[in-house]
Amino acid sequence: MSFMSSASNFFTSKMSDALGWARKYSIFQYPFVTACCGMEYMSTAAGHYDVDRFGAGFPRFSPRQSDVLFVVGTISHKMAPVLKTVYDQMCEPKWVVAFGVCTCTGGFYDNYATVMGIDTIIPVDIYIPGCPPRPENVIDGLMKLQEKIQKGEQSRTLYDPRTKIGRPAHLQQGYSVSQHIKESSS
Amino acid sequence: MTPLQRVQEQFSKEVIETHTFRGDETLMIHPSALKVIAKFLKETAELDFNFLMDLTAVDYLFFAGGRIQKEFRFEVVYHFYSLKHNHRLRIKVPVDEKSPEVDTLTDLWASADWYEREVWDMFGIRFKGHPNLKRILMYEQFQGHALRKDYPFNKRQPLIGPKY
Repeated sequence: MSFMSSASNFFTSKMSDALGWARKYSIFQYPFVTACCGMEYMSTAAGHYDVDRFGAGFPRFSPRQSDVLFVVGTISHKMAPVLKTVYDQMCEPKWVVAFGVCTCTGGFYDNYATVMGIDTIIPVDIYIPGCPPRPENVIDGLMKLQEKIQKGEQSRTLYDPRTKIGRPAHLQQGYSVSQHIKESSS
Repeated sequence: MTPLQRVQEQFSKEVIETHTFRGDETLMIHPSALKVIAKFLKETAELDFNFLMDLTAVDYLFFAGGRIQKEFRFEVVYHFYSLKHNHRLRIKVPVDEKSPEVDTLTDLWASADWYEREVWDMFGIRFKGHPNLKRILMYEQFQGHALRKDYPFNKRQPLIGPKY
């Protein structure tokens, strides 16, 4: 992509490329930190690795003001509706990063309390494995996310454990938060 | 006279068996006598068990790899402590699989409230007379009781994840 052609001073970029370029260097992230991966997230964000170099240095704690959801740490069944609510509250365009193996697949947990991968609840764009992932690993994932944002790609699929394939989120009878809240309050 | 001997003397008919190991005393009692004995433990001056330290349950299904068959599947375990006398007592109550229910101790020790809810949540043992016996760790839609030995460790719950 080029912004200006030096010869004629003519704007040659496509609008979508310009938008992608602007978005990938101004990531407002929502850190959904639930477990030990948070330590590694903090060390990535802090001065030594300095995630601000990639334009992602400003965590927002309101889903309305953020465009990348960082899910950092194990998600339990009880936390699942909260995560889903936060995801639904975010404005488009939005991306989701699964940080650590617990969010990717459930990790070493295989029990009654843990969600086996957040991609069974919400669509995930980038998976960063590791227990926890090192900051280099996180930055690698972040750069891959930037590539995706540049291209204007967003994941719209949920993982189906029965067929072991991803299906479009709107086709999947995923679990509904409104149902959960209704049942809990009754 | 130790707390165990004192209870044994008072309720000899209700005690199923006793066990002592380096000063730790354990009593197995009939479920029907739980309320009376608990009240006795709390209100007798020389015992004065004013602190319910722990309340939990054990599932003896497949115990020792199935080599040991217990008459009753569950045991509810109470740990009492006296702050005044600095002595302890463990009470065990056998619970049947078909009607898993024991009396509540919430009216004697308020701390029994959440313990009993946890035991209900994890083992499915009901506590008769509990003011608010609902799940405490898991959510209402959770199916089954997670710490029962016949609960499949990799069972998936219908509310979470895709439905099919």
